[in-house]
Amino acid sequence: MNDATRTAPAHIAQSATDPLMRVRDLRVSFRIDRNTTFEAVKGISFDVPRNTTVALVGESGSGKSVTSLAILGLLPPENSVVDPKSQILYGGRNLVELPMSELRKLRGADISMIFQEPMTSLNPVFTVGFQLEEVLRLHMGMTGRQARKRSIDVLREVGIPDPQRRINAYPSQLSGGQQQRVMIAMAIACEPKLLIADEPTTALDVTIQKQILDLIADLQRRHHMSVLFITHDLAVVGEIADYVVVMRNGEIREQGSAKAVFEAPKDVYTKALLQCRPQLTRRPMRLPVIDDYIEGTGPKHMEERPRGVRASDPIVLDVKHLGKSFYSREGLLGKREFKAVKDVSFKLPKGKTLGLVGESGSGKTTVGLTLMRLHEATTGEAIFEGKDLLSMTPREFMQYKRRIQIIFQNPYASLNPRFTVGQIVTEPMLIHGIGANAQERTDMAFELLQKVGLPEVSFYKYPHEFSGGQRQRIAIARCLTMKPDILICDESVSALDVSVQAQVLNLLQDLQDEFGLSYIFISHDLAVVKYISDQVMVMNEGEIVEIANSDDIYRNPHQPYTKRLLASIPKGWNPQVRA
Amino acid sequence: MATELATLRAHSPAGPRDIPHTVSPGLWTLGWRRLRADRVGMVSLAIVCVFLVMMVLSGTGLIAKDWAREVGVNYAPPSFLGAEAPTAPLETPSIGLGAPGGNAPLANYKSDIVDPLADVIAELKGNKPASAAGAPTPAAPSAAEEEKSVDPLADVMADIRKNEAKNATVPVQDRLATLPFGGDKWGRDVLKKTIKGSETSIFVGIASAFVATFLGTLFGAVSGYYGKWVDDFFNWFYSVFNSIPYLLLILAVAAVLQQKGTMTIILILGLTGWTGVFRLIRAEYLKHKAREYVQAADAIGASNARRMFVHIFPNVSHVVLVQLSILVVAFIKSEVILSFLGFGVPVDVVSWGSMLNEAQNELILGKWWQLVAAGTAMAILVTAFALFTDALRDALDPKLKGRVGA
Repeated sequence: MNDATRTAPAHIAQSATDPLMRVRDLRVSFRIDRNTTFEAVKGISFDVPRNTTVALVGESGSGKSVTSLAILGLLPPENSVVDPKSQILYGGRNLVELPMSELRKLRGADISMIFQEPMTSLNPVFTVGFQLEEVLRLHMGMTGRQARKRSIDVLREVGIPDPQRRINAYPSQLSGGQQQRVMIAMAIACEPKLLIADEPTTALDVTIQKQILDLIADLQRRHHMSVLFITHDLAVVGEIADYVVVMRNGEIREQGSAKAVFEAPKDVYTKALLQCRPQLTRRPMRLPVIDDYIEGTGPKHMEERPRGVRASDPIVLDVKHLGKSFYSREGLLGKREFKAVKDVSFKLPKGKTLGLVGESGSGKTTVGLTLMRLHEATTGEAIFEGKDLLSMTPREFMQYKRRIQIIFQNPYASLNPRFTVGQIVTEPMLIHGIGANAQERTDMAFELLQKVGLPEVSFYKYPHEFSGGQRQRIAIARCLTMKPDILICDESVSALDVSVQAQVLNLLQDLQDEFGLSYIFISHDLAVVKYISDQVMVMNEGEIVEIANSDDIYRNPHQPYTKRLLASIPKGWNPQVRA
Repeated sequence: MATELATLRAHSPAGPRDIPHTVSPGLWTLGWRRLRADRVGMVSLAIVCVFLVMMVLSGTGLIAKDWAREVGVNYAPPSFLGAEAPTAPLETPSIGLGAPGGNAPLANYKSDIVDPLADVIAELKGNKPASAAGAPTPAAPSAAEEEKSVDPLADVMADIRKNEAKNATVPVQDRLATLPFGGDKWGRDVLKKTIKGSETSIFVGIASAFVATFLGTLFGAVSGYYGKWVDDFFNWFYSVFNSIPYLLLILAVAAVLQQKGTMTIILILGLTGWTGVFRLIRAEYLKHKAREYVQAADAIGASNARRMFVHIFPNVSHVVLVQLSILVVAFIKSEVILSFLGFGVPVDVVSWGSMLNEAQNELILGKWWQLVAAGTAMAILVTAFALFTDALRDALDPKLKGRVGA
């Protein structure tokens, strides 16, 4: 509460004489059970001026999405309470007090919203045209023919090619990027004055993300809308926002113009957030973490880390002509082959990290799963200690299984919810007969938990009691029990908040330094890959586009695809461009 | 109970290690907490527990052991109605409730208005003289009438009558005119009969639900986990099995098993009732085998069986539990239906179904209390169990939990 009032939004209020929307002392709490409530938003105040883009930035649990839902009155009434003293002033009316029927008229027409996941926001059984026209008929009172004409216009405006034909397409017939464009078309169809975009690009590939961001910025200018852009990604904010509101734990830590926030952040948390994201230009020994700033010690070990692979490095895994096809049945007897991975060859040097980047569908995850033999490879071999891992019988492979391990993307899904952390960590030891008895295994488990930075009590807890970053540490501890030589990290930090991401990346780096592990680091996040990798392999449509030392590839990409990929990375705040 | 379980599980891999820790609530503990907050669920659970305790006490012979004793007069009315004046012999059986009907002493009976099933029962008894010893004895028509009819089982009947003389410790003239909940045709206490009947009904319900759930879970797990031809095989089997009309299937199994008895009913219901559980558990396994935690188990080298039962099973066990309790309700009803139709428990065993079977004849005579007693007991238990099942599902459904935490 004090934090919120401390940074009063003075300059925002001055910059526009009459802001489109004012949020004053907004408080939202959730009922957890009969006696406990959880305050998700703790009295925040900010303005959305006319014709500008305001970004609401924060990590998970900061209350940014709750704020946007509160504005639209979309919070679930059965367990959420908006404090009646809160004010959301729009057009002279307080949206908190507005009856549902009035609010419904406002939604879609005056204020509209784009959600994170276009796949689930569109109804799969209706054509996009039907869904667009419905919005227009309901809010604008258009006739069928008018609505259709307007729909085609809007689809053209958001950059759907051949809108006359695509209007009859079902959502599943469009790509993810096109679906998000349709969502945007629905949101702007009624010419809203305020567009709320809740993580609209998080689920998309970088190249698509770039297109969508450009589209939103373009539409904002052309329609003189205001955009409330909710995201966790500061790099995106730097590209698109005029004003920035930084939230943490339901409070506003800092707000101001993008220039002020990015160039001279006042709040330690904002400073930390700006620093702990891996940057394309620098590669410190350790990434700074939030605590470095909060505790005031400042970042440590900031000297540059040398990266790269030399020809003399010993090779631990040699993959030759790896191929993987999936078959789908077609017709009565036919089979259609889909080549997910085509003729992929690479060498993994010992104690180094190979970054594997590509857009979704590029086959990078399939490579990882095939090497683990979680998928059966169609062709190729993977030589490890002189033996081909892929052609072994399952029995032979069993003793190699512990040598090559994987950390999955989603730490919420990869830990068995019915096991205690102790069981999770001791399970691999039990299977592989590591440790003579239960006591020894327990001792080892405690040691490993300590190594990955978890308190000893964690042993007795269940996964649901941990945050995402802590869970990923548990998953890492589980792999370490088997003392693997190779660790495949399949988007292992992608689902984590930036500050947590930095901690896990530091942990992975520490473990590599200590045990000489070799990593195959699969990610769509080019900045993270740049930070952690010695060598980078770019994949597209199942094939290797380019493979080179990471510094070389980022400085001097050879292939046009790589160039395009690198150009799409959000660059964050750039004073020259945004001046 | 669940808390203890969590404590045990949390400790088991650890061994003694002296660090201060609080055992975290597992998902079962959390489920139990949610269940405890559900008032309807807890009341239902209490009622179910009362019935279970009753079943155990009756099974161990602590209560209702002497249910077969003929303590009252025939068709003794419930105490709250008061005894009926001994009227003229029963000539016009009236259907009105509590209307003056024939509460005639034994001697006044005429054989033509005796329970129409008496002969059949006697016949069945006659086939099994061994079980007749402790069995209820049919009403004894006067010896003169007996001689008039041509009875191929005369010897057996004589034997039964001898036993009856031994068993009927209450002399005819000392029998009570009223019983708390009334008496049946032979003057047995309906209340005790209901308690004894609950033993059979609930036991059959629970045991057959266990058999069905076990089969369904096993088939479903194997089918969903392995997929491919194994799944095809089980699906074909399921489809064929499911295409046979239910009652016909029960009759077929009964015909194959060739004998009447509690075990037979348990097998009949268990062998025919697994299909619903199979479908659900198969779907759960299909869903779970693609989850990352199972892939992770594969990556650390867990075998198929270990993945199936150590890793996945605890995650679907709440579904199994809910299915189990749904089946208990269904099978208690099925047992009643089967016994009512006469395919159920043998005549020397009392169950709610056989009580209802008797009651259809009694109702013609206006003796409604046996019907009410058995019907009420069953309605209370089944309703309570069904409500408890709902509460259990709410408490264990992770989706509801997600909504609260949203």
